Amino acid sequence: MGSNSLHVLKGINFTAESGELVAIMGSSGSGKSTLLNILGMLDEADSGEYTLDGVPIKNLNETKAAKYRNKFLGFVFQSFNLINYKSALENVALPLYYQRIPRKERQERAMKYLEQVGLKEWATHLPNELSGGQKQRVAIARAMAAEPKVLLADEPTGALDSTTSYEVMDLLQKINDLGNTILVVTHENDIAHMCKRIIYLKDGVIVKDEKVKQVRASEYV
Amino acid sequence: MKFIFDRNTWQEIFGSISKNKTRTIITVIGVLWGIFIYIALSGAAQGMNNGFEKVFKTVSMNSMFVWGQSTSKPYDGFKTGRQMRLKLGDVTTLQNRIPEIQFIAPRIVKGNFGSEPLYTVRGQKSGTYPVNGDFPVYTKIATKKIFDGGRFINDEDIEQARKVCVIGERNLKELYEEDEDPIGSYIRIGNIYFQVIGVHKMATGVSFDSDNAIFIPFSTYRRLYNSGDNVGYLCIAAYDDVDVVQVEKDVKSILKSIHRADPKDERAFGSFNLGEAFGRIMGFSKGMTFMSLIVGIATILAGVIGIGNILLISVKERTKELGVRRALGATPREVRSQIILESVFLTVIAGVMGIILGAGVLSLINNMTKDIDFPYTNPTVPIPYVLGALAIMVVLGTLIGLIPAQRAVSIKPIDALREE
Repeated sequence: MGSNSLHVLKGINFTAESGELVAIMGSSGSGKSTLLNILGMLDEADSGEYTLDGVPIKNLNETKAAKYRNKFLGFVFQSFNLINYKSALENVALPLYYQRIPRKERQERAMKYLEQVGLKEWATHLPNELSGGQKQRVAIARAMAAEPKVLLADEPTGALDSTTSYEVMDLLQKINDLGNTILVVTHENDIAHMCKRIIYLKDGVIVKDEKVKQVRASEYV
Repeated sequence: MKFIFDRNTWQEIFGSISKNKTRTIITVIGVLWGIFIYIALSGAAQGMNNGFEKVFKTVSMNSMFVWGQSTSKPYDGFKTGRQMRLKLGDVTTLQNRIPEIQFIAPRIVKGNFGSEPLYTVRGQKSGTYPVNGDFPVYTKIATKKIFDGGRFINDEDIEQARKVCVIGERNLKELYEEDEDPIGSYIRIGNIYFQVIGVHKMATGVSFDSDNAIFIPFSTYRRLYNSGDNVGYLCIAAYDDVDVVQVEKDVKSILKSIHRADPKDERAFGSFNLGEAFGRIMGFSKGMTFMSLIVGIATILAGVIGIGNILLISVKERTKELGVRRALGATPREVRSQIILESVFLTVIAGVMGIILGAGVLSLINNMTKDIDFPYTNPTVPIPYVLGALAIMVVLGTLIGLIPAQRAVSIKPIDALREE
């Protein structure tokens, strides 16, 4: 970091409605990941306001941030970030563990979400026994398991080939169809166009914010 | 605290531990080895301690012997080389002048210290055995186990100078048929017949007498062999809390004054101090116990540090996992508790296994040394020591777990999740 601070985001102002599927697009260094981290309470903005579901998010200590993350947010990462010694089912059940949900109920609910992403029969497999697409589907199930207000996906298709990418996007679209709010960070045009709204970032500012006609991923699968 | 008793917490910890088998095993071996060494060493030291105590059990620890020799200095008109002879009267004098003395048993012997053993006959069988003239008080200093049906010499035997004797286990074997009851039978010692009143058992460990020694009343001995007031040597037992070395000095100086030997004459009377010899051996054994304690604790410490080390490495390896956990809603406290509890849990499991293993090895050694002549009995580690070791391990496990735990929460989840 050093003493020279670098302002990555220079004034971002937007509102995402409930049930939206928003793509945040931009090239490397445009600040899209930083934005997502702030939204995900993994990072804090130097100034500005952030309101999530009517709750102002500010002055968070780690413990409070952890609680909010657990309650409001689901994360999907580019590199899946599954815990490699836990089975698919246990991975999905993990956020529920931090909600103090008893083991049995935890596993039932985790199984429900695994079924939703079509991996019921893979429940007992470890992540290294799954393909990239399957891993990402497990990660999505995990993000959904806590029933968050917003699903934050950071380059969810970045490590996948295009066919698998479309499968994952198809899944995200279906989840969105159920009424879930999803924010997807991506730098791929085709992925962005599978969302309902695209926010273009460049050098830390929003250059364009438009609603687009959603391309259904299922057309490609 | 509620967190600790939560079943879910333990399921999570158990999952993390059991899924990382290599790490767990290596960690456990470190502490297990430590506690095993501690238990085995201190148990063995205790066993040796017990063994020595058992060896010395048959005699009074705080006892000494004194006997007459020849003078090496002229004194009070006497030449050098005068033979010193202990007398029965010395006993009373010593007892009166040295209050620290608990018992004095004067003894006189044929068959030891240069005198001829006596030819003993019973029917067709015979042998030569040492014969001791004794007082009943002798058994207060050197315990004599008498076989059922018999007894040792008593005061009436002394008063009436009865011709009775207590024979040894070996005398019994050599003079009698198998399954014969010796009590009440007669044997001829020298030219005189004695009635057998008891058989003494061979003492294991330290013993003043061999198993073929025959005991007869002192008064009988004196009358038969015309020994007058002469005494062969004195067995003296001091009270338990008394420094027997000082008693030894006092006894010798009083004897020198009674028998008119030069007070500076070191050769006039000989003595042997059992308390001192015993003290030296017990001191050695105590030193062993202390050393094993130090070594054991140091080994436990090394083991616990090993656990901390491995957990620290594993925290580095698990940076991402812990980042994910925190992104999913784990509070820093939960992450910290998990690491510490993993550490404590591993330590305790390893500790208990080490204790069991150590106890097993100790009982194995005990079984192996049971029948051989080696001062080693009942190796045990006192329960407070075991619990103490366990407590040390839990405390150290917690403290050592704090380092990786603190490290785990000091990494921001965003840094932990950042792509490589």
